[in-house]
Amino acid sequence: MLVVNGLVKRFGGFTAVNNVSFEVAEGEILGLIGPNGSGKSTIFNMLSGTFPPSAGSILFDGGEIAGLPPHKIINRGIGRTFQIPRPFRRLSIFENVALAGYYGQGSHSLAKANDSAEKALAMVGLPTDRRASVDGLGAAGLKKLELAKAIATGPKLLLADESLGGLDEAEMDQAADMLRKIRDELGITIIWVEHIMGVLMRVVDRVMVLDHGEKISEGLPSAVSSDPRVVEVYLGTDAHMTQAAAAEARR
Amino acid sequence: MQSFLEIFDIYLLEAMVNGILLGGVLALLALGLNLIFGVIDVTWICYAELVMIGMYGMYYLVQYYGLPYYAAAPLTILLVAVLGALLHYLVIAPLLGAAPINQLLATGGVLFVLQSFATVAFGIDFRNLGIRLPVLQFAEMHFSYSRLLSFLAALVGMVVIYLFMTRTYTGTAIRAIAQDRQIMALMGVDTKRIYLVTSALGGALAGLAACLLVLQYDVHPFVGLSFGPITFLICVLGGLGNFVGGFVAAFLFAEIISLGGLFSDLEWGYVLAFAFFIVMMFIRPGGLLARRQ
Amino acid sequence: MKSPVASPVSFRQIVPWVVGVALIALPFVYRDPYHLHILVLILIWSFAYTSWSMMGRFGLVSLGHGGFMGVGAYVTALLWNHLGLSPWIGIPIALVCAGALALIVAYPCFRFRITGHYFALVTLALSGIVLQIITATRDYTGGSLGYTPDRTKGSHLVALQFDDKTTWYLIALGVWGVGLLIWRWVDRSMDRYALEAISEDEDAAAAAGVNVTFEKLKITVISALMTALAGALYCQYQMFISPDTVSGIAVSLQMVFAVVVGGIYVALGPTVGAIITIMLAEGLRIGFGTKAVGWDNLVYGVLLVVFIIFLPKGILGSLLERIKPSSKR
Repeated sequence: MLVVNGLVKRFGGFTAVNNVSFEVAEGEILGLIGPNGSGKSTIFNMLSGTFPPSAGSILFDGGEIAGLPPHKIINRGIGRTFQIPRPFRRLSIFENVALAGYYGQGSHSLAKANDSAEKALAMVGLPTDRRASVDGLGAAGLKKLELAKAIATGPKLLLADESLGGLDEAEMDQAADMLRKIRDELGITIIWVEHIMGVLMRVVDRVMVLDHGEKISEGLPSAVSSDPRVVEVYLGTDAHMTQAAAAEARR
Repeated sequence: MQSFLEIFDIYLLEAMVNGILLGGVLALLALGLNLIFGVIDVTWICYAELVMIGMYGMYYLVQYYGLPYYAAAPLTILLVAVLGALLHYLVIAPLLGAAPINQLLATGGVLFVLQSFATVAFGIDFRNLGIRLPVLQFAEMHFSYSRLLSFLAALVGMVVIYLFMTRTYTGTAIRAIAQDRQIMALMGVDTKRIYLVTSALGGALAGLAACLLVLQYDVHPFVGLSFGPITFLICVLGGLGNFVGGFVAAFLFAEIISLGGLFSDLEWGYVLAFAFFIVMMFIRPGGLLARRQ
Repeated sequence: MKSPVASPVSFRQIVPWVVGVALIALPFVYRDPYHLHILVLILIWSFAYTSWSMMGRFGLVSLGHGGFMGVGAYVTALLWNHLGLSPWIGIPIALVCAGALALIVAYPCFRFRITGHYFALVTLALSGIVLQIITATRDYTGGSLGYTPDRTKGSHLVALQFDDKTTWYLIALGVWGVGLLIWRWVDRSMDRYALEAISEDEDAAAAAGVNVTFEKLKITVISALMTALAGALYCQYQMFISPDTVSGIAVSLQMVFAVVVGGIYVALGPTVGAIITIMLAEGLRIGFGTKAVGWDNLVYGVLLVVFIIFLPKGILGSLLERIKPSSKR
């Protein structure tokens, strides 16, 4: 459903993403990993329209979306979450999600917005009380809200920028299960970005590894975690993580 | 036809040179605003009104107390510098933690205060120093000495600021704070004092501009409105806090105003400058010298 | 309905109707022309201030509204004097001009993310420039000396010129009421959520599917149109305009001042601000006569600074917050 071809992004003289191509099939969960600064977020920002690519094409459901403004891309069915949750603190939890339901689906129908907000909140396990304030949410709650906002836009493809860094192990597992549930129950295709391999390997169908803006490996989790180039990238910094990831993948 | 073109060329050249001369003072004003914005992250929208008070200072010192121009100028610069420091101490400092827009609006309140203070204290008559500098004639072109003097003094003022910023400890600290507010506070730099010094410096620049403008223009309570807006446009076009950008933009605007004024009234020069500004915003939204993303 | 004791909800529903009827009935009961004059001014300016806070409440601090007001007033008057065009046609044309001006300036600002300080400064320049244009075209507009629409020799209705204060009071009241209704309409629409979201985080709002540039432009144009209408009405009522009273930076700042004093986040805040500022100006004028020239602005300025430092939510905003501390707005 998503075909990315020769994607390039330059900032001044710096090339953040260099000639990256990949495909995502309907219904799969693709893991996108790589160390900090490897270009994952830049790819996300181009897919979601935050900024246009310098070169390359992004075909979504057969239509070119490269360079479209964010709201148009969302209306076509690509939702996203931010790595650091960005709730609207002056709106209630419900209003946050209803806003996404109203504008994200492009239908601009209040009834539909409220309906999808309720479903999305129930899905992630947040209260559907209309007045509950965002201020009461902790780190895990804010991540759930972020997901609920993205789901409420009615996406076919979800870009989940899910740094699980701030969460403990149980919460990480919960978050991973949540993504799987979203795929299984709502039929939403997911690209999941992480910079550590850990828990991601257990959930995703395929993994793509980036380093310095280039794709260095792609394939099944078990194959990728034993790829020497991937081991090299993670060696020294996250060597035991890679092993842990390999162990997770075997589970 | 031939002779018409020749005359036209002379006027054109004259207007261009006058534009450059005007640019000096505008650059001075932009520098002051940029300094304050760059360091304190606040825009004084009453900046031109500080200049207006300075012009009245010059007027009274010269006309009433009979001081010679060159004695009155330092006093005026000092006066406006103190005003700048007071403005920071009384209005900006209590608002440093508030939303930036509140600081901007508070200086808008100060604009009201200064304008109406001048109306109440000095009346709405137009006043001038009564100093008429001769006109310099050069190759059939006419330039007023006052403009030439302003231009040179503005350049000297900017060089002095440059030296201060690069050669003194305080100046270095100011530049450092403009780059990173938090770190410098952690390193033991007294940001409160630096802010106060910067505000006084910004005031002093306004004072210098006042001394120069009073040579060319009559002073009245609303004189700030005739160059305040253009100064803001210059700063935005140059990129707020970008000293070099402000400098370049000042000369660009001065040329447009001067050349525009050649064909019609000076006000149309301003209008042209504004139109130019809007067009530039489409072409270079991040400021004249901003690196493209 | 049977109970004579109204529940708090229905009490709140009834109050606006009672106040509305009382306001409409007022000029038929009380006819002091000076007091009616003050009331008309308060209503017109309240409408202008409400227009400003339509966008101001979402962090879109425009200092260009003096420009829109000037366009509204001058275009209407110029069309009447020079082309003999009735204000009924002239006002819509003036509104279109103000809307176009708003689009030309706001589009690049919003498209290229010029916000906060920058936006305020650009719009500040806009109001300065409109004043310059009015002054520069002195052959048509009378420049800084001001401008008077020609007295009509025909129908008062066609010329929108009325001599009696009651008519003007009712017109101003109607327009003011419409202003409040527009406020309420925006306040209850999804646009409000979108604009609140935009004012907090434009990227996140865009990620929720909001067309950020469009939403901001929409509220800006609504606000500019309302402000221009206020300018045109002011001109028709006073039958005299000058660049300083309907355009320029001072007028823009006056709007901000009144709204900040009254309360920016509440519907009636701008109205409270207008009541306070106009009473203040009139009080000073009566108390000190011509000596008061300049003093009203001096007091405004000091109050503006004091309010921003000590009471940034304004008088009404702070009062409402005291009364019901639990509710957010």
